[in-house]
This record gives sequence, structure tokens and C-alpha cells, in this order.
Amino acid sequence: MADITTQALPSETSTRSSTIWRGLRRYPLFPLAILVFCLVIPAVFAPLVAPFDPYQGSLRARLIPPFWQEGGSFEHLLGTDKLGRDVLSRIIYGARVSMTVSLIAIFVSGIIGTLLGVISGYFGGRTDSVVMRLVDISLSLPTILLALVLSAALGPSFTTVIVVISVLLWSRYARLVRGETLAIKERDFIARARVAGASHMRIMLLYILPNVVNSLVVLATLQVGYVILLESTLSFLGAGLPRAEPAWGLMVADGRELIVTAWWVSMFPGIAIMLTVLSLNLLGDWLRDHFDPKLKNL
Amino acid sequence: MQRFIAVRVLQSLIAVLIMSVIVFGLARVSGNPLDVMLPIEATQADYERLAKHWGLDRPVITQYFLFLGNALQGDFGESLKYTGTSAMELVGQRLPATLQLAGLALLISAIIALPIGVLAAVGKDTGWDDAAKVIALLGQSLPGFWRGIVLMWIFAVMLGWLPTSGRGGIEHMILPAITIGWFQVAAIMRLVRSSMLDVLDSEFVKLARVKGIPEWKVIWKHCLRNAGITPLTFFAIVAGSLLTGSVVTETVFSWPGIGLLVIDAIQARDFPVVQAVVIVFAGIFILCNLVVDILYAYLDPRIRYQ
Repeated sequence: MADITTQALPSETSTRSSTIWRGLRRYPLFPLAILVFCLVIPAVFAPLVAPFDPYQGSLRARLIPPFWQEGGSFEHLLGTDKLGRDVLSRIIYGARVSMTVSLIAIFVSGIIGTLLGVISGYFGGRTDSVVMRLVDISLSLPTILLALVLSAALGPSFTTVIVVISVLLWSRYARLVRGETLAIKERDFIARARVAGASHMRIMLLYILPNVVNSLVVLATLQVGYVILLESTLSFLGAGLPRAEPAWGLMVADGRELIVTAWWVSMFPGIAIMLTVLSLNLLGDWLRDHFDPKLKNL
Repeated sequence: MQRFIAVRVLQSLIAVLIMSVIVFGLARVSGNPLDVMLPIEATQADYERLAKHWGLDRPVITQYFLFLGNALQGDFGESLKYTGTSAMELVGQRLPATLQLAGLALLISAIIALPIGVLAAVGKDTGWDDAAKVIALLGQSLPGFWRGIVLMWIFAVMLGWLPTSGRGGIEHMILPAITIGWFQVAAIMRLVRSSMLDVLDSEFVKLARVKGIPEWKVIWKHCLRNAGITPLTFFAIVAGSLLTGSVVTETVFSWPGIGLLVIDAIQARDFPVVQAVVIVFAGIFILCNLVVDILYAYLDPRIRYQ
């Protein structure tokens, strides 16, 4: 509450520089900039901005250090790995991998979770208790183990990672949407729609869904960072994406044994993960505070 | 209260059962389970021996109950990588190393997180608070496996203060424990901060101040004791992240616990060991959740009636 008052009534003595500072604090410019620079541009324009092919290396150019170290060159700005592949290019393509996996996984789990949540909240009764029991159970399963077992049995691939992440995430959407639906369905306009002859389906899709979209967007944003972390952890453990893919987690795993001789192979992809997740978390927090204070405890 | 406990216990049992169905099912859906369970170089005799052990000639439902019955007695079969050792024995051998590491991690994170959380609450909206926020944010955003590698690089490779990996004395445990504990620091600290803020506002603190008790004593004795209860109940999430942390951290530091065991087993397609570890891990995790929920309901009656 205190925040809102101070923001709504800027003090009269504010100078120009403090206005800029407040602007920076009020809008998440910094995380947005990192995000665009680290994730969106590399992911969308990977073939244009990457200097080399991420899959093809030259064995003569193995383990070249980054340009500021002795033996480094401006050709490979961040050095090369043990197969002579350019680290920077792999990080850039890695952004594409991370973004694709997280967007698809969140989309799939979001749809499943939202549908179940709306149905559960709208119809209530036995449907509701079955769905909610499922949610409780799914939340009490140990995430990483379930993921490990699933991917161990299905084998490492894009589909596996997306299936694993969707299985883990749907319940959060279901719980959120169900809660909101319970509140919305008591409001007058739902009863009026019913009297006017709208079907259950129509009410759920056209009257309830638009009212939960705000919360859904906030939750989805908050989860992108989590999904990127999860995917890179799985890949690092050898239970995520196939070995040859330029995924950030795999690159860190590749560089693990080289930490004594070639630190750059694992450090740079790690920094990429950190910056991306950090800025996504900041952005998510900001969205939550500004658009959906109800989600405070999420 | 009894009803609440009964429902929660039932839910936990179902969760364990579901885990067992998943573990059982995954070995079956991907073709002949023996192909998944046996390494490529397995002989015909291995196939026949296992087929008989798991009763593969009978219907799937019977097979599942056979598996469940064996599992309940702690029998997941013999490890395929370390022949002659049962999967459960391996888990028993490796479990102490994991618990040791997890214990130290928890201790370190509590020692670091409590004072920072208190300072952040007392100095709300000051530099302390901002610093605490940064720590919390970094804790959530740094991937665990990379955190371990960075620590290893700085303290073992560049400074040479600590060994890079393996198991030995206390010096082998410091880096892995910090790697695991880091995430908890962020989480515990935020909780201590928010519950301290609530307590600092309450009447008995005002009374203590009015009575002239020195400020440090009011904060560190009167407030912290009351604010400490909330983070304690947070143990379920901590247990979960300790599990995840141990799988990842043991891989990074080659710490011979069950986290490393399960990763090795997955790579070697040693399915009996994978099943044993997953069920044991899941059991511990679900039990922690159950205990905490009951504890919480006991402390906060509102939860029982939801």
C-alpha cells in the first residue's frame, strides 16, 4: 500500500535525475533489455547473428580461449570447445533451443491446466474433488526424479523434455484457474448469461476464460525462467536433449571435465542461463506486482 | 484433525503408489522391459533369469502386483552394473554419504540465512534489505550445476584451497554443501524476513521495548524465537530442493551418494537400481511433505477446515 501512495504522489522536490531513476524502477527496462539481448534476438535471428555453424567444428581449432586471453582470436570471440565448435555460436543457437522448449512446454501445460481448472471450478462437486486430488498428488511428486525416470525410459529428445515439463507444470495452472473460476462464477453476469440461454461451454470459453487471462500471463511469465532452469538441469544430467544439440545445459556439462584447462567452455553458457533466468524472474515479479496482486503468494 | 490426517496419509500413499506405477510402467511401455532393464551385452541366460524373476509370462496386472510385493520387501532385483549386489544394498551403502552432505548443507544455509533474514527485516528498505533481495534473486536464478562448477573453478582450480571432487574429510564436503545450501539460503532468508516483519509489529515486542530491554535482545531473542516457527514448517520445500540439489551436486563433485548412483544407473541402463533409488527418494520426499502438512495444520487450525 505504501508503495502505491508514494508512486501516485511524486514529491515536489524531485529532480530530473531522480525522475529517470524512478522510471527505471517503475518499468522493468533493465531485465527487458537483457532478455531481448540474451534470449529473443539470438533465438529469432540465430542463423543471422551466429558467426559459425553450431554443429560443425574444425578439429584444428580445438579449445581456443576467448579473445582477451593469450592464444585467443577475434574470430572466435568466446573461444571454442573440444570439438572446435564456436562457443558464441552455440550459445546463440542455445537461446533458440531454450526458448522453443519453454514456449511449447508452457503452452501445452497451460492449455491442459486451464481447461481442467475451468471445468473443475465451474462444475464443482465430484469433478472438482477428483481434479483437485490429482493436483495435490502431482504437486507432491518429486519433480526432478519424475523427470529423470521419464526421460530415462523415453530416451533423450525434444518431445521427451516437453512431455516431462508439461507433466510437471499443468497442476499449477489448474489450481490457479480453478480458484479464479470459483470467484467469477458467482458474479451476476454469469447468472444473466445462463438465463439468456448460453451453454456451459459458451460461458466457460467466452465469459470466464477472458477474466483469468491476466493471471495466466503472469504465471506463464514466472514459469519461463523455471522451465529454462529445469530443461538445462535435465540436459546437464544427460536426461534432457540429445547430446549434439546446442543446449546451454549440455554445453555446461561438456565443459565440466575441462574446468581446469578450458574454463570458458562451461562458464559462458552458464552466464547465459543466469542472465536469462534472472531477468525473467525480475520481469515476472514486476508483472505480478503491477497486474495481479492476487498472486502475491505464488 | 483426525479426518485431516487420514486424508493426507491416504493422499501420500496414493502418491507413492502412482510413483511405483510410473516406475513400473516406464520399464514396460518402451518395448520389451528386458531390453530396457538389461544392458546391450546381456546374454540369453540373463534374459531367461530376469523373465522368470519378474514373472513376465503372466498378465501385466499380475506383474505389477508382483513388482509391488517385491518392492515392499525392499527387493528391486540385482544391480546389472554391479552384479552380485542387490539394488537395495547399493542404496543402503550410498545413502549415508547423501544424508551427510544434505545435513551440512542445511546447517550452513541456516547459519547464513537466519542473520541475513533478521537484518533485512530490521533494516527494512535500507541497504541490508536490498542486499538480501539480491542474494535471494541470485539464489533463484543460478542453475545449481553451474553454481557448483563456478565454486569448483574459483576455490579448487584457481585458489587451490579445496579439493575438486571425491569423498574424504570435511574439506571435500564444503564446496558441495555450499552448492546445495545456496538455494535454501535464499528461500529461508525470505521467510525469516517476512515472519520477522510480522513479529516486529506485534504488541509483545512493543511491551518488551517499553520495559527497557536492550534492542539487540528484543530482536535476537524475543522476535527471532517467535518468527522461527514459520521457516521450520518450510522444511518440505527444503527437503525437495535438497533432493534435487543432491542429484545435481553429487554429479558435479563426483560425491558418491545416491544422487550420483541414480545418474550412473540411468546412463548404464541399470533399471533395478533406478527403480530402487526413485522409490526410496520419493518415499522420503512424500513423507517429509506429509509430516510438514500435519505439523502445519497443528500449528495453524485454519488449514484443517479448508
